[in-house]
Amino acid sequence: MKVRRAASWIQIWKELIFQAVCLLILMASLIALVALLADVYADGFSRLSWDFVTGFPSRFPHRAGILPALLGTIYIMLLTVLLAFPVGVGAAIYFEEYASVEHTRFSQLVEINIANLAAVPSIIYGLLGLAIFVRMLSLGQSLLAGALTLALLVLPVIIIASREALRAVPASLREASFALGATRWQTIRRQVLPLAFPGILTGTILALSRAIGETAPLITIGALTYVAFIPEGLFSPFTVLPIQIFNWISRPQAEFHANAAAAIGVLLPLLFLMNGGAIWLRNRFQKRLR
Amino acid sequence: MRAHTREKWIQTAFFACAVLSIFTTVGIVAVLIFETVTFFSEVSLVDFLTDREWTPLFADKHFGILPLLSGTLLVTLISMLVALPCGLLTSLYLSEYAPEAVRKIIKPLLEVLAGIPTVVYGYFALLFVTPLLQNIIPIHLAGFNSLSPGIVMGMMILPLVTSLSEDAMRAVPMSLREAGFALGSNRLQVSFKVVIPAAFSGISASFILAVSRAIGETMIVAIAAGQQPRLTMNPLVPVETMTAYIVQVSLGDTPAGTLEYKTIFVVGMALFVSTLVLNVLSHRLRKRFREVYR
Amino acid sequence: MIQVFSEIPQAAPLKETRAKMRIEELNFFYGTTQALADVTMEIPLNHVVALIGPSGCGKSTLLRCLNRMNDLIPGTRVEGTVMLDGSNIYDHSVEVAELRCRVGMVFQKSNPFPKSIFENVAYGLRVNGWKGRHEIEERVKLSLSAAALWEEVKDRLHDSALDLSGGQQQRLCIARALAIQPEVLLMDEPASALDPIATARIEELIHQLKRNYTIVIVTHNMQQAARVSDYTAFLYLGRLVEYENTQLLFTKPRKKQTEDYITGRFG
Repeated sequence: MKVRRAASWIQIWKELIFQAVCLLILMASLIALVALLADVYADGFSRLSWDFVTGFPSRFPHRAGILPALLGTIYIMLLTVLLAFPVGVGAAIYFEEYASVEHTRFSQLVEINIANLAAVPSIIYGLLGLAIFVRMLSLGQSLLAGALTLALLVLPVIIIASREALRAVPASLREASFALGATRWQTIRRQVLPLAFPGILTGTILALSRAIGETAPLITIGALTYVAFIPEGLFSPFTVLPIQIFNWISRPQAEFHANAAAAIGVLLPLLFLMNGGAIWLRNRFQKRLR
Repeated sequence: MRAHTREKWIQTAFFACAVLSIFTTVGIVAVLIFETVTFFSEVSLVDFLTDREWTPLFADKHFGILPLLSGTLLVTLISMLVALPCGLLTSLYLSEYAPEAVRKIIKPLLEVLAGIPTVVYGYFALLFVTPLLQNIIPIHLAGFNSLSPGIVMGMMILPLVTSLSEDAMRAVPMSLREAGFALGSNRLQVSFKVVIPAAFSGISASFILAVSRAIGETMIVAIAAGQQPRLTMNPLVPVETMTAYIVQVSLGDTPAGTLEYKTIFVVGMALFVSTLVLNVLSHRLRKRFREVYR
Repeated sequence: MIQVFSEIPQAAPLKETRAKMRIEELNFFYGTTQALADVTMEIPLNHVVALIGPSGCGKSTLLRCLNRMNDLIPGTRVEGTVMLDGSNIYDHSVEVAELRCRVGMVFQKSNPFPKSIFENVAYGLRVNGWKGRHEIEERVKLSLSAAALWEEVKDRLHDSALDLSGGQQQRLCIARALAIQPEVLLMDEPASALDPIATARIEELIHQLKRNYTIVIVTHNMQQAARVSDYTAFLYLGRLVEYENTQLLFTKPRKKQTEDYITGRFG
């Protein structure tokens, strides 16, 4: 009896130690997150100012600003969503509302294809954009080429999220609509899409919040790292915030590093705002469905 | 009948959207194959696979992919040493131990961790972790090295491993756990002897996806690991990964059609093939796992 | 039990009725499994036909063949013909949406759209091109009245349909189906999810509706079949075993399988 008690004490200690280790790891990763944010804001806080946000890049670190990069980021995100959203939702509608009735083999194949596309490293999309948009279609290192590249990058993510949202609409509503003599498109437009829309929007925002931080594919298509003007049109050269940050990190002077930190200090709130919006939308939507 | 033709047109438009996603794949494969084939008409495949130097941008050109591969492998290895054990333990904790309240706090925070742009992680690796390690480690650690980006990349990938593994563990039916408890096992034993084996294929799927993500990760290594292709397993010296090489060439002014230009597509091909194999494998495993517990 | 059945009013013999729909040698497949085999029967005009049988016998499948609802399920195949007023509904030239306007359907579980009561009833009109606000309002009122729901909802037409009780929701679904003035109304176990009082109201409604509509109802409840229908078809393993006057079928079944089923020996 005594031996068993001892053994069970060991077991209890093992349990406790195990839990402590797990908690420690979780704490460590959260501390790392805090350290990251604290480090960035400690380094960059002195540079964060209105002049910094509205200024142009410069050889002199204390004069440099991020306006072209910030506007470049905003323009390219708008363009990307304009290009990717209709196509992504359209593809999702096809897979969920049309293909599921017709070619099932085909849709299986495409399903695997899209899952794989979502996991292809982003820099590969950069190579695709470089060869197709920049060279073959001669769009050069323009906003349009960048947006097309990013649109292809976020497309699989939007498709996957939209399909999930469409699938969440009960089949009984579609049946009811068809039984009342509605065509497929009428059913989609009047019943399915309104219900799926918040979910589609959430997925799209989350996809964009990933794209906004993307650096590698835009560097690969040759986006400039030093742009001292605001992009004027679709074919204008451009830069984006992450590239500006990368450029400043790569310089040896510590003053430029502070600029990078300050630019990160602008990029992160933008990103958290998008994520927060998406999560808020998701919660609201979930409540409404119940 | 007019309504009928309209319906057909709408369906065709949606079909076109769907086909575009296939064109993306075809485009990637076509572009990579085209440039790769022309590259190998100038450089022998044997040299590419066996030469121990990678110096396409120098006067004395060597095209051995091994240094880039070893750099990629080294950083991936370090990041996996961080992400996989930590991810496994945290997912086990979240699925088997954590009270709902703790889960509710931790999961969104992990999502935040996963959503931070990689260029920010790069900044963190180069300007925070490397100096920190230089102070801690007694032997010399170069300003560019694979240790620090490896650790930071592990941090970045941790949420992916945690959330996918946790999904797999939570999918294990309660009855299996109850069977374990009924035989007198405690929670720890059930976790390791019942839950992990039962969720094994799901967990390995998440591990494989993590490796694929690490191989394809670009900005952290481009910023913090250096740009010196070097055939080494020493984590303290600068190395160059495949992705960092593509960035390095892209930043320069390399005219299309030159051999240097083609090298980034060849390296891209190596990157694409290796991640594709891993992704397909992971997808298969996940699918098999889902079928078991349907 | 026998007492209940003997009280069923006798409808005219099947042969003397005029057919609204005629099902001929209908076969239906889900992939490789056959769900219906050689079903041939007539649906008489302005009468109620009940389809009964153990679960999985194909009665719902048969019902869904009558307005081509099965088209929506991937991997299915139909052979044979279903005539509606003498023309085959599976003909290539048939517009499925138009067919479904003529053959309406009410489902097992009430499935109102997450919209207002008014919009639920107006939906069928709108998708069929109705524009005039006044005409739509008029028709909505008429349909709700026909479904015996008007008095209960007339003051809250613009409240969400999801706030109605289960029985009210099902009557709303009937009103919605009636709004587009179908000729045939298909009902797939319309009362199976309802309490006895709500069920009684639906059955009463079916009685009133058969003056203007041809009704086919699937039910697993034999008493209900006996109460509401004029003719009853018993299906077993995808085959039509017996199709008779309801009273005749329940009191003097000709086939052994029918007798076993209605006396509760299986199913």
